[in-house]
Amino acid sequence: MEENKNLESVSLEKDAQVINGTKDQALQEKEVPQVNSQANNDEEPLDKNIKLMSPTRMVVRRFFRSKLSIIGLVMVISLFLFSFFGPLFYTRWGETTPDSSPLTEYGTSQFTYTKNGQTFVIKQTVEKEMSYNSYAPISGDHLLGTDQQGYDIFTRLMYGGRISLTVSFLAVFVITALGVVMGGIAGYFGGWVDNLIMRICDVLMCLPGIPILLIIGLILDSAGVGGSERIYWLMIYLTLFSWPGTARLVRGQILSLREQEYMVAAEAMGYSAPRKIFKHLVPNVMPQLIVQMSLSLGSMILYEATLSYLNLGVRAPFAAWGTMINIISTDPNVITDHFLAWGPAGICIVIAVLGFNFVGDGLRDALDPKMRR
Amino acid sequence: MVKYIAKRLGLSVLILLGVSLIIYVLIRLMPVDFIENKILAMNQGGATVPQDTVDALYATYGLEDGSFLGIIKGYFNWLLNICRFDFGTSFKYGLPVTDVIVSKMGVSFAVALIATIFEFMIAIPLGITASTHQYSFRDYLVTVLVMIGISLPSFFFGQVLKGIFSYGLGWFPISGMVEAGSSSTGIALLIEYIHHMILPILTIVILSIGPRMRMTRTNMLEVLNSDYIRTARAKGLKESKVINKHAFRNTLIPLVTTLAGLLPSLFSGAIITEQVFGLDGIGNVALQAMNAGDIPFIMGYNMFLALLSVIGVLLSDLMYAVVDPRVKLE
Repeated sequence: MEENKNLESVSLEKDAQVINGTKDQALQEKEVPQVNSQANNDEEPLDKNIKLMSPTRMVVRRFFRSKLSIIGLVMVISLFLFSFFGPLFYTRWGETTPDSSPLTEYGTSQFTYTKNGQTFVIKQTVEKEMSYNSYAPISGDHLLGTDQQGYDIFTRLMYGGRISLTVSFLAVFVITALGVVMGGIAGYFGGWVDNLIMRICDVLMCLPGIPILLIIGLILDSAGVGGSERIYWLMIYLTLFSWPGTARLVRGQILSLREQEYMVAAEAMGYSAPRKIFKHLVPNVMPQLIVQMSLSLGSMILYEATLSYLNLGVRAPFAAWGTMINIISTDPNVITDHFLAWGPAGICIVIAVLGFNFVGDGLRDALDPKMRR
Repeated sequence: MVKYIAKRLGLSVLILLGVSLIIYVLIRLMPVDFIENKILAMNQGGATVPQDTVDALYATYGLEDGSFLGIIKGYFNWLLNICRFDFGTSFKYGLPVTDVIVSKMGVSFAVALIATIFEFMIAIPLGITASTHQYSFRDYLVTVLVMIGISLPSFFFGQVLKGIFSYGLGWFPISGMVEAGSSSTGIALLIEYIHHMILPILTIVILSIGPRMRMTRTNMLEVLNSDYIRTARAKGLKESKVINKHAFRNTLIPLVTTLAGLLPSLFSGAIITEQVFGLDGIGNVALQAMNAGDIPFIMGYNMFLALLSVIGVLLSDLMYAVVDPRVKLE
């Protein structure tokens, strides 16, 4: 962190020279920072045993020292490869192409009836012709079998992952952007602006999440929004309600940073407010923001899955991990008889969320200057 | 202190006003029309309901005007009724909204309360052992296990538990609150209730141990590194005494404030868990009301949730000042 501030002041000097001097002067003085850094380099080796490391490198090193964060990173990256590049190589089945090889299914039904005080149980085997290969077992054709409609589960896991990961990433980026802008403005200007934004935050934070999204889901129904784009609309509304957390974090940090000396310097330079906020204040909130983002990626995936499970988000025939688990609510026998139809989707959700949580945790520890290990 | 509370209460009223406006407008935009369904049901006999009856029906429920002005007017009507402590009558149940909420709240509260007690009883010791054995195998094991708990989607984990324990082993009932056609009373009924609630409670506990345990661990670590702990050790105190008497006391501060913040939310019900296990709690009822377009109930339920979260924030802020004498409220 210390070094960060030094860098900040160096760049301040540079900017100041460019602004105050004429073009020629600026050209001449462009070399000054270089000379400075050379001088620094000459002075540095006070003790040859001390190795200087940039803060970024230090963070990266600390991050990779923790086994859990490496495991998390591997989980996240492999899920990404699986869902974004998987379908390019495994083209045998599409997201919505059922395996239409006919299937004769044998179901059993049971009757009991009482006659003359005796109870008879009749077991009947029913033969049913199906036009698609429903609930196929694991085979070379279907790596994880098929679901009720004869869709290949392995393929649908990949396409479902695409939706879940894309949606969550988009949502987190929008939430962070909104939060940084609103929190930055509130923290920097203070006064009535701060008050107004914080009260809006209070209101939004009190809105109950799932009920509101249920209502919005019903509104989308009447607007005729289709099965694959619904989740994007829902996530747009979700972002509108969930930026206050980030905004509060940014505001809190900026309130304390605002009083620091380098900000007085920036003030003296006569920089514009946006420049001071986004160039000098927000970069110093970045560590906390990055941690917050990676942790909220996990919770966004959970949110998306829950919405799809409640049949609000992605709807059949399109695949999402939550939608694939939703199959349970149509047919309770699936729970025990066809674990493959819904289990792998749940496991994918757990892997994704766990991966992002591990990464976020690792980043938090790596960025925390108090943690020494 | 009194002035601070008064100020916060005033602010809470403002927040609730904002929340109610947003929810009301959203609900009025909702297409699932309770009355349309009702008219459809009336039409099923072959007769067509005359238009004036339809209009009269809309007027009785206060939904005759769907335009922007109509919605605003409807909102102020609703607000006026609230001032008279009248939350309206649920379309679906035909009872005052408050009565429905109060009658369904008990189940949700019982489940949530028992779950929270277990949660704290398990999470705190786990957090303490993890922090006293930092970076050991035990620490990693506990951390990984609770992280898996955090990462589980409630509907998935609930179904897995159901698949194993209800369908597979047959130890627990599949859903609902009592056996179908059960006529047990007294203690037998209580036992039946408990039998049905074990799985939902287990689901909630496993999913929410994580945050508490991690909170305990982080705070314990911070406290264990402080000077007075070194002093205590230097005095030659027993390690158990250092941990339990000196360190844990200070870790309690954030735990107690979260507990205070959590208390109101115990009444709010868990929509997903209750849906998975078919519990007759407030979350499940709200889910059904939402699908039926029961506007007064949805409105009342959402305002109830908002009220609970406002109270929760206020309580945890006040509790902070009570537990930690260094904090002064202004």
